[in-house]
Amino acid sequence: MMTPTPDSMVSPAQAPGLPLRTGLGLKTQHFTHVLETCPDIGFFEVHAENYMVAGGPFHHYLGLIRAQYPLSLHGVGLSIGGEGPLDHEHLARLAMLIERYQPQSFSEHLAWSSHGPVFLNDLLPLAYDASTLSQVCDHVDQVQSTLKRPMLLENPSTYLQFQRSTLDETDFIGEIIRRTGCGLLLDVNNVYVSCINHQRDPLAYIDALPLRAVGEIHLAGFAEDTDSLGDRLLIDDHGAPIDNAVWQLYEQVLARTGPVATLIERDNQVPAFSVLQAEAQQAQWYLSQVAR
Amino acid sequence: MSIQQAFAQALLTPAAACPEGVFSSNGADPASRFAVYRNNVHSSLINGLATAYPVVGDEFFRAMAGLYVQAYPPATPLISEYGNSLADFIQGFEPASSVPYLADIARLERLRVRAYHAADRQVLDQPGVLQQLQGAEQLGHLRVQLHPSLATLNSPYAIVAVWAAHQAEDAIDTFNPRHAQGALVLRQGVAVKVFAIDSGSVTFINSLKHGAGLEVAVANALENSDEFDLHQCLTLLISHDAITHLHLEQKVSP
Repeated sequence: MMTPTPDSMVSPAQAPGLPLRTGLGLKTQHFTHVLETCPDIGFFEVHAENYMVAGGPFHHYLGLIRAQYPLSLHGVGLSIGGEGPLDHEHLARLAMLIERYQPQSFSEHLAWSSHGPVFLNDLLPLAYDASTLSQVCDHVDQVQSTLKRPMLLENPSTYLQFQRSTLDETDFIGEIIRRTGCGLLLDVNNVYVSCINHQRDPLAYIDALPLRAVGEIHLAGFAEDTDSLGDRLLIDDHGAPIDNAVWQLYEQVLARTGPVATLIERDNQVPAFSVLQAEAQQAQWYLSQVAR
Repeated sequence: MSIQQAFAQALLTPAAACPEGVFSSNGADPASRFAVYRNNVHSSLINGLATAYPVVGDEFFRAMAGLYVQAYPPATPLISEYGNSLADFIQGFEPASSVPYLADIARLERLRVRAYHAADRQVLDQPGVLQQLQGAEQLGHLRVQLHPSLATLNSPYAIVAVWAAHQAEDAIDTFNPRHAQGALVLRQGVAVKVFAIDSGSVTFINSLKHGAGLEVAVANALENSDEFDLHQCLTLLISHDAITHLHLEQKVSP
């Protein structure tokens, strides 16, 4: 008679890392649908700041959903790229959330959102040079030592560049990963948006990154505008279906990385759950093409 | 001034020029791209306020909220707490004075958001509360602890009626908003509820929240309004699972 090995007894919700499957951003309007239908989704991701509240429905539903699914905790307010020190209270709140929900992954952005006492509620760009590099590395070190776990850092979508920058974004990110041991959350939509905005080749950008460090991929839709020259200006608004160009880039990324946990992000004009689930299934198809 | 300080200042000031030291790789005017960041900051904060204040969240509100965002940008990454001072801002905002109840509606909506996110606490079941009340020998000295989500508001306007009319999309000109009304906000399970209560009940509930025993709380309520109905008010609290604990006042030892 075969005895199950300990590994096969671990449910995905209790497994140590994110599964190599597709996940969805968990939206409050889908809480009850998820609990009632238990959809076949690899994992859910939530914005950490939304759950920094004392009690109520958010914790009620997240607790029930977390018991059944792996979880990725994604921060949007830590301001890792900020000139000032990290907010200790905010870090303490993150540590409490991680203790409570034991997420498989924690990630944040290469961006800043606070200056002094003011929180600007956007992911803002930073100049890339030796001094900002050492500052970001110090912040990542501080996060990882406070949270007692490695974090994933997400590449940004940007609309402007700084004259002060002396390093390419990809070299800057590569050096942070080398110095701090953090992983990379590769947002393929951000790569596409930034590369169109800054006239770079998206695939060359991808190839300049340390792809071995990729622990998660984000896919999302963008909005389209034009700048003063009438050139395409793409805006990362998480409010549209994933663009074909981003799907193609995703396929090229997977050919290089092999299967990676992949999240479909939609934060604005959130459609019915089934629409997001269809995008997750599409991503799952790409993943299955590279699975061994 | 540092790059980020200049960036932050220019983001919050709509008329300000694009900060120095930035460029577009295609040679486009950087201001046309900086505008994306400025728009993200303002529209995301205004949208956040409009979500938290749905009754007042129309076009007029968005224009007013834009001025509020410039004057009082968030001081915390916790956006659910942003806008705590909005009601006071509305109160002092001259163009809003033609809708005098707007500030109190905003106060009511803030209480709803707070109730939604308030701490969880085990509540006493309804038979248990009734049993303890009926069996209590010193009923007047009983202290009633209320759920953390529970809050009240007194207004010179019919705030609950106005708020409820908006929920049902009724025209509010079917009633007179200029009569005083109190509001009780609480969370029962995962649902936030709003009730119209009289000013005596507001005083009664606030007295309990400040730790008064039943006898003192009733006296305070009657002093405020001789129409206060204890039975009705307790029934409202018990039937909506608002009571978390009942115990006798501790005698102060000498």
